[in-house]
Amino acid sequence: MSVAIIDYGSGNLHSAHKAFERAAAESGLGGDIIVTSDPDLVRRADRIVLPGVGAFADCRRGLDAVPGMVAAMTEAVQDKGRPFLGICVGMQLLADRGLEHETTAGLGWIGGDVVEIKPKNASLKIPHMGWNTLDQKREHPLLANISTGPHGLHAYFVHSFHVNPSDPKDVVATTLYGGAITALVAKGTVAGTQFHPEKSQKLGLALIANFLRWRP
Amino acid sequence: MLKVRVIPCLDVKDGRVVKGVQFLDLRDAGDPVESAMAYDAAGADELCFLDITASHENRGTLMDVVSRTAEACFMPLTVGGGVRTIEDIRNLLLAGADKVSIMTAAVHDRDFVRRAAEKFGTQCIVVAVDAKKVSDEGEPLCWEIFTHGGRKPTGLDAVAYAKEVAALGAGEILLTSMDRDGTKIGYDIPLTRAIADAVSIPVIASGGVGTLDHMVEGIRDGHASAVLAASIFHFGEHTIREAKEKLRANGLPVRID
Repeated sequence: MSVAIIDYGSGNLHSAHKAFERAAAESGLGGDIIVTSDPDLVRRADRIVLPGVGAFADCRRGLDAVPGMVAAMTEAVQDKGRPFLGICVGMQLLADRGLEHETTAGLGWIGGDVVEIKPKNASLKIPHMGWNTLDQKREHPLLANISTGPHGLHAYFVHSFHVNPSDPKDVVATTLYGGAITALVAKGTVAGTQFHPEKSQKLGLALIANFLRWRP
Repeated sequence: MLKVRVIPCLDVKDGRVVKGVQFLDLRDAGDPVESAMAYDAAGADELCFLDITASHENRGTLMDVVSRTAEACFMPLTVGGGVRTIEDIRNLLLAGADKVSIMTAAVHDRDFVRRAAEKFGTQCIVVAVDAKKVSDEGEPLCWEIFTHGGRKPTGLDAVAYAKEVAALGAGEILLTSMDRDGTKIGYDIPLTRAIADAVSIPVIASGGVGTLDHMVEGIRDGHASAVLAASIFHFGEHTIREAKEKLRANGLPVRID
């Protein structure tokens, strides 16, 4: 099994790379985890991961700046149904539009907009930064054997915007921060986490292992 | 529910932990990576490296430390100390830091904060605010920003400065009371609350922790989102777990996974 983590200049992929290697080794799944900006390797990969930090528009521009990358991702995921995981802004890019600073088109793989978090309680700090629990909205293999709910495991979040999906069925889990924040989305072979599994210790490594096992 | 964060901070000089971490059975108490792994296993919510390497030539050792830590610890890592340029930030992020803390460079050039946040995103720019009380007894409380380890006054009002860097794009403030740093008599609570209430971004309280109750005060009374401590953990006086249980016993939400 080969897993391609897409490198398009958005932040450090070192820990993502190492976390996927660790999860693959610990779960006995093995596999070849590569960090690449080569569309051909993405096209051939069995599983694809799109990380992303920073602003939505910057990430979109960075992705478009790699010739052939969006086409390769689209072919692998939409045409061939390879499992795909977006992380943080990589997850937000799945939506139709990002509304951070300016309106930017997303990939449109999961319907909805990326909107600013506006907690009802004004004393809540933005960014939503730190460890929070997940409220599972429906069953999904990515959360298999992961304890959720107020007493469950924690995921590490750092973001000021989140995906507001047009179809509530695409939401697998939310997290509570002055209202429900979209934490995990999935539709077909496409999934995305607003939190950083590569920084989420126990929950993170378990979720990555689940992704490596996932046969949608 | 978002949890209060407990953050151990390691002073690193020429690639080694200063004074060393004396708890647990580390083979090499001076190795930052081994110390980081121990704190990872102990349930720290984040880790902070403060680089106090004097010479620029030895900065390369820090990159190596950050890189090896990021390979072994799947938790957020903040690195600060001597960050002066966009290139410094880029190098630290590429080595594996999740957040970079800026101090003196932000004092001298506020626009640096804006450029850094625009380039790398608000989420990874921490501004370190080192403040000292400058008001006299009986006067309204007032704190000033100091650089050079609290030796050099800047004339900047700490609360106004914090609001300014937050507006420029800082994602978090690491607030250290230079009056309390190293004293073990507790955080400067009025300072912490004044800053935390003035900005809409998270504030990490630092400087002066001597007991676990001080951590409770930092969150409950100082309104900080996170507490940072060094010696109380390094010398084995308390574990991360004890700190979290103390916070929890006082009704504050913590992560014990």
